[in-house]
Amino acid sequence: MNKNISAVSALEVHDLTVAFDRKPVLWNIDLEIPQGKLVGIIGPNGAGKSTLIKSVMGLLPLSSGYCKIFDEKIDDVRHRISYVPQRESVDWDFPVSVLDVVMMGRYGKLGLLKRPRKADLDVAMDCLRKVGMESFANRQIAQLSGGQQQRTFLARALAQQADIYFMDEPFAGVDAATEKAIINLLRTMTAANKTVIVVHHDLQSVSSYFDWVILLNTRLVANGPTTSTFTQDKLQETYGGKLTLLSDVGDLIRRENFPNREEKVL
Amino acid sequence: MNDFWIILTGSLVAISCALLGCFLILRRMALVGDAISHAVLPGIVLAFLFSGSRDSLTMVIGAGLLGLITTFLIEFFHKKAKLQSDAAIGVTFTWLFAIGVVLISLFAGKVDLDQDCVLYGEIAYTPLDMIILEGGYLLAPKAIVVMSCVLISILLVIYFFYKELLVTSFDPGYATALGFSTAFWHYLLMGMVSATTVASFESVGAILVVALLIVPPATAYLLTDNFKRMLLISSGVGVVASASGYYLAVWMDGSIAAAIATMCGLLFALAFVFSPTHGILKRKLVRAIN
Repeated sequence: MNKNISAVSALEVHDLTVAFDRKPVLWNIDLEIPQGKLVGIIGPNGAGKSTLIKSVMGLLPLSSGYCKIFDEKIDDVRHRISYVPQRESVDWDFPVSVLDVVMMGRYGKLGLLKRPRKADLDVAMDCLRKVGMESFANRQIAQLSGGQQQRTFLARALAQQADIYFMDEPFAGVDAATEKAIINLLRTMTAANKTVIVVHHDLQSVSSYFDWVILLNTRLVANGPTTSTFTQDKLQETYGGKLTLLSDVGDLIRRENFPNREEKVL
Repeated sequence: MNDFWIILTGSLVAISCALLGCFLILRRMALVGDAISHAVLPGIVLAFLFSGSRDSLTMVIGAGLLGLITTFLIEFFHKKAKLQSDAAIGVTFTWLFAIGVVLISLFAGKVDLDQDCVLYGEIAYTPLDMIILEGGYLLAPKAIVVMSCVLISILLVIYFFYKELLVTSFDPGYATALGFSTAFWHYLLMGMVSATTVASFESVGAILVVALLIVPPATAYLLTDNFKRMLLISSGVGVVASASGYYLAVWMDGSIAAAIATMCGLLFALAFVFSPTHGILKRKLVRAIN
């Protein structure tokens, strides 16, 4: 039984095309991701990385194609999906506290007319603890630093107790220590067979962070385990034409030829 | 007794507007409230022409529909025609408002609507339009009954759907991912703004209702960092402005609605200077100490 459930892929995308003003941002994407992976979506600016996760979650209209999560339609499994939007997507001067924001993670589980209960509060506090923000629970969100805002968003996503997590640049504007703490947290989540899909910018950390990568540049360049997919050829194909970047990528690959195996096992 | 009825009407309008205004300003849609308050005019006239009565319910429905059309048109011009949102607002409401004015002047003979009253309101007359019970007892001014219904509906919606309104206002993208229909809550809110505007146009007028929609919430925003408290303070500011505005008008022998809006502005100025959290005085002090 258990085996059966994990055999279902976490995410399936078929012939997905998304266009703004008739200009395609994503073109004919086909991919499948198994459960329990920490997945990085990699690609240059304007490659459609955010668009991919937004359209998969049904936040943007699709020009064609369809997506399935756990082999079901998105609207049937919304309670199993969690989302960390880009930090800049909200007004941080909004008069709410950190706890108020994290409690929003519980709203999807509550029905219409239902108010959050003590149990929801406990979950919210627990999630704040996981991201090391429990002492900030009653802080007004305008007083947070960039890293703290990001951790608040992460706690809100955790409070949903979902099975698949979409995160849009969760490391943007976050200091190195926080980034490490977050990645460790994501590892414990994938160890518990949760699937975490992250839009990521920093090529340097890809092979140490993710065990699965999606290389994207309007079209899908590659999709598979990091070790076999995150290669120089594929990267050149993804970032092709951007010459300055290309040499950086070359350097990177050379360095990545000597990965720290011990760290990966962790 | 008249004093009491007028202040009560003013307060009911002020609280209704203040509560909705909090959501409007946090959604950065304060001017949509402005647009709706003007654009409902043709709705009022058409509802009157079709039904032939100045029955409040018909008018609220007519204006409510126009309010939704306004919101829809603004979104439409903004999203489909790629017009800047402020330009979309400007195009939509001036056009609809003008149609309203044209309709009134065209059917001036048939329409028992006074343009000045629609624009500036005449809260002083509200006690004259009493609901009379069988046996000749005076119950309460009609405006009070109508505004009480509006306020109670607003309170019920905010009480029961607080979490939906909060999450769709704070983070619409996330709310959609959770499965909340942002469009539904958006239009519900706009529908309530239209209904409130229309129910209050007789007392404060289409233009001054904007002051009550925006200024008390803006004042409350400067005074607190807590959304629930912002709703309360905003209502309080509205009530204080209504009462003090009435006495100011009596003292000056001027327009009551204008005096209420003036008091709103004055309270905002006080909050702007003296607010313990965001006031400029506090900021100056902090800088001086450092």
